[in-house]
Amino acid sequence: MLEVNDLHVTVEGNEILKGLTLTINAGEVHAIMGPNGAGKSTLSAVIAGKDGYEVTQGTIHYDGQDVLEMEIEDRARAGLLLGFQYPVEIPGVKNVYLLKAALNAQRAARGEDEIPAPEFMKLIKEQIAYMKMDASFLQRAVNEGFSGGEKKRNEILQMLVLKPRLAMLDEIDSGLDIDAMRVVAAGVNSLRNDDRAILLVTHYQRLLDYVVPDHVHVLVDGRIVKSGDAELARQLEAHGYEGIEESAA
Amino acid sequence: MSDTQTFLDTLKARDSRRGSEPTWIAARRQAGAARFEAMGFPTLRDEEWKYTNVRSIAQGNFALADNADFSPASAAALTLPIEAHRLTFVDGVFAPALSELENLPDGVQVLPLSRALEDNHEAVGGPLGRLTGVEFSPFAALNTAFMEEGAVIRLDRGCVVEKPIVLQFLSRENAEPTMCHPRVLVEAGGRSEATLIEHHAGQEGAGNLTNVVAELFLGRGAIFTHYKLQEAPLGDYHIASIHVEQERDSRYVSHNLDLGGALVRNDLISDLEGKGAETVFNGLFFGQGRQHVDNHTKVNHNAPLTFSNENYKGILDDRARGVFNGRVYVKRDSQQIEGFQSNQNLLLSDRAHIDAKPELEIYADDVKCSHGTTTGQLDEEAIFVLRTRGLDEQTARGLLTLAFAGEVLENVTQDAIAERVELAVAGKLPERFNVAGLVETSTALND
Repeated sequence: MLEVNDLHVTVEGNEILKGLTLTINAGEVHAIMGPNGAGKSTLSAVIAGKDGYEVTQGTIHYDGQDVLEMEIEDRARAGLLLGFQYPVEIPGVKNVYLLKAALNAQRAARGEDEIPAPEFMKLIKEQIAYMKMDASFLQRAVNEGFSGGEKKRNEILQMLVLKPRLAMLDEIDSGLDIDAMRVVAAGVNSLRNDDRAILLVTHYQRLLDYVVPDHVHVLVDGRIVKSGDAELARQLEAHGYEGIEESAA
Repeated sequence: MSDTQTFLDTLKARDSRRGSEPTWIAARRQAGAARFEAMGFPTLRDEEWKYTNVRSIAQGNFALADNADFSPASAAALTLPIEAHRLTFVDGVFAPALSELENLPDGVQVLPLSRALEDNHEAVGGPLGRLTGVEFSPFAALNTAFMEEGAVIRLDRGCVVEKPIVLQFLSRENAEPTMCHPRVLVEAGGRSEATLIEHHAGQEGAGNLTNVVAELFLGRGAIFTHYKLQEAPLGDYHIASIHVEQERDSRYVSHNLDLGGALVRNDLISDLEGKGAETVFNGLFFGQGRQHVDNHTKVNHNAPLTFSNENYKGILDDRARGVFNGRVYVKRDSQQIEGFQSNQNLLLSDRAHIDAKPELEIYADDVKCSHGTTTGQLDEEAIFVLRTRGLDEQTARGLLTLAFAGEVLENVTQDAIAERVELAVAGKLPERFNVAGLVETSTALND
């Protein structure tokens, strides 16, 4: 589904990713872990199309399409969705408006009609309950005045409504207490199926107790230095990144 | 020939064709003409016109329209889809065929000025010009000099009008540009209640001058909502003065929405003359291309315990220029008043320009007043986030622009008007933005 090959990315003249290669297949959950400053967030930011990241070498393909040639919105419509580490407040734009407009943009791209109002209501009612959020959040401006945990739930809510084929979650666990973690993890797990894939970027093992990955990659200094299964994450938790960095050196 | 002379010659030609009429009207017109001649058109040296150059009007040659012909189909396309009592004017000339005055409830009169003068000119003569005299501005003087058509609205004490009253002013694409000087008079009796929608629109290629003066008298406890939707053709010149006098416990709500016109100037004034009187100024101006939109507002707290709340938002794109000058005046010993004013502007291009000037003038010591003005640009990070959710860039920008206008548009409860504004400001959106529909969605969710 996603093929990243020898990706080099520069931010303000500094090379952050130095030859990252990664393949994600449908049905898989991947976790990228690594110490601060290793470039963990860069990969998902580049895939989503954020400004300020210069790809100097390498390729990213999604279902055979060159992602770097796609408009930001076309990536989203094709099913590539990024959940932000720091969700942005958008004053004046209601959550419910964004959800409906985004869903209809996706449907239009697939040549489908707009979602009928009752169907939309049913969908949103289910998902907001799933995320244990109050319906009043729909009428509030996107993320405005939300607590850290509420913002993260809101990111997952968008995922549940938009049902991306590849959900990329950037440190979705940061700033969550244990109850919120469970809710967020349940939301993420509900996205799992044979046709979809999930890319988790995280600093800590904690989230991976709830969302058990198929593959774990350790990112150090812009390269994946080790890959394994969920067991690798547990080792990291026990021994830290230092041992890995040394063995990679 | 001086600029004023062209206008005075047109006036002279018009006067020579008038039939007999009460002498006071002729005298008022002459006073208007004399005042206009003495003052001439304002220049940038006049403090009140410092940022707005009216040379293109002064040097124009505008004829007076002599008919109200307008294709019913194209009029229908311009007309707001609102069930209403409606008066339509075409280039200032009353158009009975495009008006609907049947089924007016008891206790309310809605008449073209010409007919009101015929019916009972003395009742009209008293209030006319009392708030907006010929001294107010050269344009008010010019309006008075040409005064002959417009609208008179009278609400009896306690009269509540359910349907809005629409005054529709249509501007035609003419071989020669025309001018009109409509005069609007509203007398709302005590505890009466009504909504007036003043709507300016027209044919795309028009280049006419509308110079409208409205005077509104709100009796004790009257509640009056006044929408002014100005979506005149982009070649039109639009000068408007609205002056409101409010007695005790009356409430006036203005929604001043400017979308059209090449050169636009609004003067909006409220005189709060009795305790408990309240005025709300809700304003939005949107300029693109080389449009110039000037809003001057003034609230006069002439009595204690009076309240004003003003919120104006400006959105300027391309090389458009905007002016906001908002003044709050508190008369000596008008204690315990509250006056709030906010002006925020959004510049969508590097070449757009705003001159914003809030002014407070307070001669009492027990007051709550605040004012503030800000100018900014769209949040690029928010645009990115919206795009990562599948919205195209143009839609994302439109949404954020509307979000900026949100507080003003939220108060616009006439959906047909909100829709026109949304379309003009943000283009075609995937959903109605300011929508009742989505509100219902979440209300239903809470059930």
